[in-house]
Amino acid sequence: MTTLSLLIPVALGLGALGLGAFLWSLTSGQYEDLDGAAVRILQDDEKSP
Amino acid sequence: MSCCATPLIAGNARDALSSSRIALLEDLKANSKQLVDGRITYLLSAPAIHCGNCISTIESEVSKLEGVADVRANLTMKRLSVTLENEERSLLPAVTLLENLGYAVQSLTAEESMRGDPEFKALLRSLAVAGFATANIMLLSIPVWNGADGATRELFHFVSALIAIPCVAYGGLPFFRSALGALRHRRVNMDVPISLGVSLATVMSIYESFFGGGHAYFDAAVSLLFFLLIGRVLDQMMRSKARAAASSLARLSAKGGFVVGETGELTYVALDGITPGMRMRIAAGERFPVDGTICEGMSDVDRALVTGESEPLRVTEGSGVEAGTLNLTGSVDMIATRPAKESFLAEVTQMMAAAEKGRSGYVRLADRMARIYAPAVHVLAFSSFAGWMLWTGGDVHTSLTVAVAVLIITCPCALGLAVPVAHVVSAARLFSAGILLKDGSALERLEAIQGVVFDKTGTLTTGEPVVTSSTIPSGQIASIAKALALRSVHPAARALARHISDIAETHLQDLHEIPGHGVEAMVDGKRARLGRGSWVAEIAGSSGAEARSGGVAFAVEGQGLWLSLLSERVRPGAREMLDTFRKRNLPITILSGDGREQVTAVAQRLGVTDIQSELKPGDKLAFLTDAAEQGRKLLMVGDGLNDAPALAAAHVSMAPASASDIGRTAADFVFTRDSLTTVSYAHRVALATGRIVRQNFGLAIVYNIFAVPLAMAGQLNPLIAAIAMSTSSILVVANSLRLHLLRPAEARDKPAEPEIRQRPAALRTKEGVA
Repeated sequence: MTTLSLLIPVALGLGALGLGAFLWSLTSGQYEDLDGAAVRILQDDEKSP
Repeated sequence: MSCCATPLIAGNARDALSSSRIALLEDLKANSKQLVDGRITYLLSAPAIHCGNCISTIESEVSKLEGVADVRANLTMKRLSVTLENEERSLLPAVTLLENLGYAVQSLTAEESMRGDPEFKALLRSLAVAGFATANIMLLSIPVWNGADGATRELFHFVSALIAIPCVAYGGLPFFRSALGALRHRRVNMDVPISLGVSLATVMSIYESFFGGGHAYFDAAVSLLFFLLIGRVLDQMMRSKARAAASSLARLSAKGGFVVGETGELTYVALDGITPGMRMRIAAGERFPVDGTICEGMSDVDRALVTGESEPLRVTEGSGVEAGTLNLTGSVDMIATRPAKESFLAEVTQMMAAAEKGRSGYVRLADRMARIYAPAVHVLAFSSFAGWMLWTGGDVHTSLTVAVAVLIITCPCALGLAVPVAHVVSAARLFSAGILLKDGSALERLEAIQGVVFDKTGTLTTGEPVVTSSTIPSGQIASIAKALALRSVHPAARALARHISDIAETHLQDLHEIPGHGVEAMVDGKRARLGRGSWVAEIAGSSGAEARSGGVAFAVEGQGLWLSLLSERVRPGAREMLDTFRKRNLPITILSGDGREQVTAVAQRLGVTDIQSELKPGDKLAFLTDAAEQGRKLLMVGDGLNDAPALAAAHVSMAPASASDIGRTAADFVFTRDSLTTVSYAHRVALATGRIVRQNFGLAIVYNIFAVPLAMAGQLNPLIAAIAMSTSSILVVANSLRLHLLRPAEARDKPAEPEIRQRPAALRTKEGVA
């Protein structure tokens, strides 16, 4: 029983973390150009840092 | 005067260039956004963006410009956002650079410029919350199904309740709202039984978990919401994708124009600011912003998109012109006669709005199902309650539990997915065939059609003429003719330029275009003319009697006169498409605004006998409303402004991407390929979709036949409910995915280029320039 009272909050907390991350990525516009993101990764970066 | 006629070649063609450029910049400014640090962001649409290289080229080149703080290309939406350092900086260098790179930009309307789709985002958020809740509650439910008992079960139920209550309240909002809206109008839609099922399941489970009962249906309630939200999200995704694709098509109407002041200076005035009596200058290649009368100059006007006439009309002083028509060959001044909101365009818009009202009576298939389904379910639930009351001799708790269980198990989870999933799969199929679908219900309507009505100009034909016969001998003469033809924007000249394959070095001197007549140049000291018969005949020495019969004439001084005859080019695939429709027993009608002769010529070639010509927009509208009153469901395919009311009134409508903006807005489908086989393909997909949707309904009903007696017998437990609901949903989705197996459209030709009317690429080639 005591393990449960620890594990359930941990499981829920991790889930909530994932949910929070998704909602944040949604508002920060990461889903606005999915096709673009797919090809951007293949582009060579011309500018050296 | 004549220099304006050939924008992009003659050195001082700035009139045409700068006016469209200034108009563009003004429009872009309207959609810019000032950031807190004084920088300013412009959002522009660049339909030509299509690959990863486009992104890197644009971003690296534009960011090199002075004053550009940031540039970001969006491949999905085909948009660019350009941030400038401060307000004083002009966007002009960036626009020019982009055009030189081959990316023509255009402005977005206020509605389109919204970042993303707020409704879609809200749905996605609801989906995320429901997904979180479903996963966690399922995890907590599994131990309960496996026999967790006593305090452990109570704890699990309690935690489930804690997650489920806010989740149902938040994730269920779209359904509750829609159900309430329907009830308020005394109607029933699918969301009514959904809302009832979900909320009852939650309320009963709360009661059970706090008063020690064993059956909690939290998992059923939230997983139901999760599945249904997937359907909603897919539906919305399809719509916003179609909307984004539609907004990236070239815009064909003017948003303003140049007003000539007292002293002759030109000022750009937006459409709303134009009042009758203003003197306006319209350069060649631009569209007339409002209705007016020509007061100076001469030109040819392409009215194909407005009235459906295939041949350009010659206008001189005193001629009336309609808003939206394209000025082809010469710069003209006109006096505006009516403000924009009373123009021909506005009349059509009003007709369209009225026609759309008539169509809003259409009830979607799912809602028609709900009208039978919802009462049936509620009667079932009530009768099981009554039955159990009699059986147990008044045990309210047991009877109520059974009644609620019936409502939960009949909650139309599979039914809610049956339609949207099938529609989304079909929309994806259509999308890859170059057809944009505005709304899922259009597929249902397309399935039910009993006949097809076509517009001629721009729909069955491409609106660009082709040369059918020509007397021009090949060799030197032909290459002179081609060199001249390349200099004109007149459709007839461009058809000739495409027709002649001979290219030899030709030196044209003193080249100029006489609006309304044709092009003239000196070749080796001799005058050469290409254009209207009687005018060309003046230099040929002959009377030119034969030249007056139409077509396009060409003459070189002292060498003779040659004639080329033109006809409209029928779109590829037109014949195959019509044959397919005939095979499906759908009668075909052509309604055209063009003259009887031209319509008959095209109709004969295509084997269509039912034709009507010289129709005004109102006549076309009347034809379709009459058909609707008689209960005939027609598919209307058209492109012009004159077709827009008819497109809105038809049971279902399609427009090519080259259609007028208003025509595209009115149509349910927009096809971007040149070939007309896409029209019959869309119909085939609609038929297949209808079949799948009905199968899905069948599956859902079979599931209910098994599950409902179980629930009524009081044998339902949460495990069975969870399994039954998920399997029925998965079955429906799997069945819908079969639509992917549909044979793709055979004609994989290039997409039509809607912007070709405005600026022929041939003019940019350098060959043979004087």
